Amino acid sequence: MANPNLGLILKQLFSRPYTNRFPVKYAPASMHATMDAVTSGKAQITPPVPAPEHYRGKIAYDREACIGCKMCIKVCPASAIEHIPGPDGKAKGSKVKFYMSRCTFCEMCVEACPKDCIKMTGEFLMADADKNSDALIVKDSGSFAAPAQPAAQQPAPPTA
Amino acid sequence: MAGKSYTLPIGPVHPALKEPTMFKLTVEGEIVTAVDVQPGINHRGIEFIGMRRNPLQVLHLAERICGICSIVHQYSFALASEKAAGITEIPERAQYIRTIMAELERVHSHLLWAGVAAHELGFDTLLHWTWQLREWVQDVLEIISGNRVNYAMYIQGGVRRDISPEVIQKLKVMIADYRAGIDQLCKAFTDDRVFRHRTMGVGVLTYKDAVETCAVGPTTRGSGVHKDVRIDQPFGGYADLDLDYCLPEKMGYENNGDTYAKTLVRLQEVVQSLDIIEFCLDNMPPGPIRWESNMTKLLQHMKKAEGEALGLNEAPRGEMIHYVKLNAGDENVSIWKVRASTYNNILAWTKMLPGCQIADVSIIAAAVDPCIGCMDRVTVVDQDTGKEKLFSNEDFYRASIRKTRAYQRKVSP
Repeated sequence: MANPNLGLILKQLFSRPYTNRFPVKYAPASMHATMDAVTSGKAQITPPVPAPEHYRGKIAYDREACIGCKMCIKVCPASAIEHIPGPDGKAKGSKVKFYMSRCTFCEMCVEACPKDCIKMTGEFLMADADKNSDALIVKDSGSFAAPAQPAAQQPAPPTA
Repeated sequence: MAGKSYTLPIGPVHPALKEPTMFKLTVEGEIVTAVDVQPGINHRGIEFIGMRRNPLQVLHLAERICGICSIVHQYSFALASEKAAGITEIPERAQYIRTIMAELERVHSHLLWAGVAAHELGFDTLLHWTWQLREWVQDVLEIISGNRVNYAMYIQGGVRRDISPEVIQKLKVMIADYRAGIDQLCKAFTDDRVFRHRTMGVGVLTYKDAVETCAVGPTTRGSGVHKDVRIDQPFGGYADLDLDYCLPEKMGYENNGDTYAKTLVRLQEVVQSLDIIEFCLDNMPPGPIRWESNMTKLLQHMKKAEGEALGLNEAPRGEMIHYVKLNAGDENVSIWKVRASTYNNILAWTKMLPGCQIADVSIIAAAVDPCIGCMDRVTVVDQDTGKEKLFSNEDFYRASIRKTRAYQRKVSP
């Protein structure tokens, strides 16, 4: 009896796998050594599949534009945002700080911000051994208004 | 062997369930004679966390109650808190987008279930085929919302993202592809003699038992009970639709409530969901997608509001209820109570499992759509000698596969 799905089987037998082999084709003997080689430019990694248009990744924060209104803190479900009081502990000049290890990526702070000084970028390579490392705390990402140096297309690979 | 019975405790930790549970099977030889369900072992206190947050924050907490049917929790909470706060003018376009998202999730949840059911029986080819099909709907969800799970789409009084004309085109292409794919999938499930042997007459939930245990969703519709929140108490875009209950009899099978009937219900519901999405895309009115786009004003409104309400919704697994109480002057949600559909369906196990073989336990338990693959371990205790034998999830799976292979040998010429 011929298999009713023979066509599908033959098609899949000769088609390439859909999987994107990120970051490297085969598991290396030492991931740390590979990552060091990539960081120093000796080796290349297979780029990840690009994030979709509305992807909610690492937060970017325009510290200069922030007025310290605390709206983002009010709507954050995960308490991932810390309030930093202004000079002499006053409300004037107060800012915020984002802990990406607590963030749930719901984009509520972006919508709540009256000054549009929070953005969600497409960056998603945030794995880190230390949840309090500097890479996971967003303090200032530069001004959104001025065309500063263009953001790197590919996020930097995580260093060991 | 007469008179010698064993107890198989299953659980207690079962991460895929909203209510992690433990159930003890009494077995005589290979046959299960009695079942005792003990839910409430891994209480996460998520409702307590919610009662210390304001309604806008709880939206995203509600979404994380479940990993598969996350959006219906958000939908139910949004409905309940809107009713409690007296927000009634939800834009029509927002209601349609809500319906589309909920139905897309039903498609992916049912396809996931179909794959798991195939896996439990040892048809791993079918598992990969089903999940390959499911990948497209995940891609569409990602294009609309930005994420494959935890879409963060709903907010009190509307939705947060619009569906653009380009995405509507993509959705239509997906639906056309799915109609062909589902046809093939239905054939793969219904034409396979071994699948029919393993599921027909296995785990029967009679009409009477389904009503008595208050089972919900596809579990109860497989027994012929007319129960579907989308039809009984229409909300959102469902009110404009002329829906009918998905029953096994529509695919030429009797409503006897066995595992095969439940499979047919779920396969039909995937097609029904595609119809609903298509209707919503064709009839989606233009206009705003939010009742109030300023979050400060929305928070102020919720703070002043006083009231309590129920948010009913039809999750992929059945009816689900969120109860919300808001007190005036209190920023936080005063009371939040969730009753998810699996809570009802677990009780159906006590009626479905007695009389079955141990090899059938995994498929019967999976038929109500918990994730049996996460099942921890089972200890077999011989009551007479007190000896223990560790019976792991793997052993269950092996037993199930052995039974399938035996059937395959029997039916092959």
